[in-house]
Amino acid sequence: MTQTRHEPTGQAAMKMHQLITADGTRVHDELLDPFVQDVDRDTLISLYGDMVAVRRIDVEATALQRQGQLALWPPMLGQEASQVGSIHAMDQADFIFPTYRENGVAFLRGAKFPGIMGTWRGNMNTGWDPYELNMATPQIIIGSQTLHATGYAMGIAMEGKETLAMAYLGDGATSQGDVHESMVFAASFQAPVIFFCQNNHWAISEPVGLQSAVPIAGRAPGYGIPGLQVDGNDVLAVLAAVRWAAQRARTGGGPSFIEAVTYRMGPHTTADDPTRYRGVTELEEWAAKDPLARMRTHLVNAGMLDGETEAGISAAADAVAAELRDACINIPDPEPMTVFDDIYAEDHPVLDREREQYRRYLASFEGQPGAGQQVQGSAS
Amino acid sequence: MLAEFKLPDLGEGLTESEIVSWHVAVGDLVTLNQVLGEVETAKAVVELPSPYAGTVASITHEPGTTVDVGEVIITFEVPDSGAGPASAPEEEAPKRIPTLVGYGADPETSAVPVRRQRVFATAGAPAATPEATAPAAPVHVQAERPRSTPPVRKLARDLGIELELLAGSGERGLITREDVVAFAGDQAKGTETAVAAPPSSMETGLREVRTPIKGVQKAMAQAMVASAFTAPHVTEFMTVDVTAGMEFLAKLRQRREFDGVKVTPLTLAAKAVALAVVRHPELNSHWDEAAQEVVTFNYLNLGIAAATPRGLLVPNIKDAHTMGLRELAMALGGLAETARAGKTAPADLAGGTFSITNIGVFGIDGGTPILNPGEAGILALGAVRKMPWEHQGQVALRDVMTLSLSFDHRLVDGEHGSRFLADVAAVVADPAMALVLG
Repeated sequence: MTQTRHEPTGQAAMKMHQLITADGTRVHDELLDPFVQDVDRDTLISLYGDMVAVRRIDVEATALQRQGQLALWPPMLGQEASQVGSIHAMDQADFIFPTYRENGVAFLRGAKFPGIMGTWRGNMNTGWDPYELNMATPQIIIGSQTLHATGYAMGIAMEGKETLAMAYLGDGATSQGDVHESMVFAASFQAPVIFFCQNNHWAISEPVGLQSAVPIAGRAPGYGIPGLQVDGNDVLAVLAAVRWAAQRARTGGGPSFIEAVTYRMGPHTTADDPTRYRGVTELEEWAAKDPLARMRTHLVNAGMLDGETEAGISAAADAVAAELRDACINIPDPEPMTVFDDIYAEDHPVLDREREQYRRYLASFEGQPGAGQQVQGSAS
Repeated sequence: MLAEFKLPDLGEGLTESEIVSWHVAVGDLVTLNQVLGEVETAKAVVELPSPYAGTVASITHEPGTTVDVGEVIITFEVPDSGAGPASAPEEEAPKRIPTLVGYGADPETSAVPVRRQRVFATAGAPAATPEATAPAAPVHVQAERPRSTPPVRKLARDLGIELELLAGSGERGLITREDVVAFAGDQAKGTETAVAAPPSSMETGLREVRTPIKGVQKAMAQAMVASAFTAPHVTEFMTVDVTAGMEFLAKLRQRREFDGVKVTPLTLAAKAVALAVVRHPELNSHWDEAAQEVVTFNYLNLGIAAATPRGLLVPNIKDAHTMGLRELAMALGGLAETARAGKTAPADLAGGTFSITNIGVFGIDGGTPILNPGEAGILALGAVRKMPWEHQGQVALRDVMTLSLSFDHRLVDGEHGSRFLADVAAVVADPAMALVLG
């Protein structure tokens, strides 16, 4: 009934690469098949287990937000295959530039829960050392991480390393100037960078059809970057596609753009009400393409998933959720003066002055009951 | 051990939420993350998962009440197993919002931002300054948040003193630490300074309840006021014998293609309106004050007033003029269902050109409907009643219905309004008339 364009037109012009269909059937794809030849039962099980764990993390974190333990949470329900498949294709030496929604990626990259949850609880500025994980901290600014990734990749090229940088971005980010600039530089300098775009169909309340009149991956060739559209709910296809792009980057082939077509089954964040803008049939339509269900069907049909393995996966995911909850609610509130830590590499006079002013401000609470524990205001 | 669940800030800086429903009762055994109930914030209706595994000990707020963030809404009896993973959250100071440090708004401090007065701690205890020795001015209750500094506000809060009750002796009425300390001393001695009775001490037998105006109700109020005071409304009534129309509907219900499709007097009236606006386009137009133009629509986006649990919504059926009776009936069914489920897309609420309100479902005959803002006409359908009525020269028991039409007299004059209403009534009374009018 509405006039809004929900999907880019000319969708037919783009081939969506797929290896496992929504009903769990393994299909062949000339481009992607060579990149998953080594994938055996154990790898498939580990991909599935990771998706189950990521979904469980999402459920637990959403509950914690409703229980007042997190300020905010950006659900990743429905996007598990895109997150799990993409990070599985990376080497530890590659550098990841995530958005705020890649909390499943961060978990699989080795980030610890106090670090992942602290930012969303609102009492940590950053949750991990980027150089320890080779993963930047979550970027809230839409699209700016693509600039960081491109710049980092240009540095890799200058140093002649065989690693790469991967920027995560969403469909909405592709409308940002930053992303345009990134792609211009990436193409001009043939930087070893992957633009991994999760088209989850909604930029908060804006449908993807308003971001782009053509399929998002179809824009990349205009910059001189190959664009590949892949079924973002097919973990095997995502793994293969990112491996394809990584091989290009490592062999001097330059940047690649991947559009993983997926769907955000939850709200934009826990502060959003998607029922105000989402069509009523969308959830049903995408539930039929669920990334976990299709992988499970595939594994069961292939005789690779028995009851015991499945119970083990489920128990492991529950343990992850319990660890997350425990870590989250026991994160200590930071000492007010630590707000000055880790901002600059070295102290300087302005910082010293501000620190001293703040110290005096805090001192004015002294002698009051409860002083020193909690201070209302910008710093605490 | 008794554990409390305080209402969290569910959406980035909210100060309150309304309890919509409880899915558990006192005495129920609940598991961790089991859904306890639903609350409606200014942003969304959300489910609340239980932070504890245990037994519900008390529910402190009934559905329909608005609760400040930080208030206890439900308590649990939980096993005394020490610091289990689910038992840590409640160690915070009583007035703090349980969510996060410095995040969102404390209801007490979320009003107009006040420029921060920097207070530097002087060495030693603050000596009484000359201003502070002045006798306290007569106390008045201030409408705005009293001017003070964060340390003093915290001191007052810790001492349980409401700053609204104090007069500041500092510069431009600033409430100082001394004011708070002095006030606290007076209270301790029992000397009544000029303090009004605490505003929130009415314990039982409330004679008035004040509910904040918000959400759908607020939107409805704004729309209705805007419409009622810009468009000069005229309402006309017409009562007709719709026996033939009701027989026609009964026949439709027998037909296979209408299997599972709800056909009602509303369906018939919607079709009648779709036909009548073609003959009387004035009723399907818009007064564009800014452009000084009348916009005549060559399409009909038919709005249907729907009473939903969240208030009045008027979603519209786009291009209703192109629809056959069956398509229209299905669209009407879907519209109401979607609206009641709270799932109407914003686009379906915008762009209406004419509306129908079906007050007959409440057993009402007629009234003065107020125009949906920007539209030229609105039709109210009354209840279909068996009434003694003139039929073929005799008095017979007939199905009778009143139609009430309001129109914007800037756009529609009495003649056009009357002819439009007569045409609609003719089709509802006898659908065969559609052949003549269509």
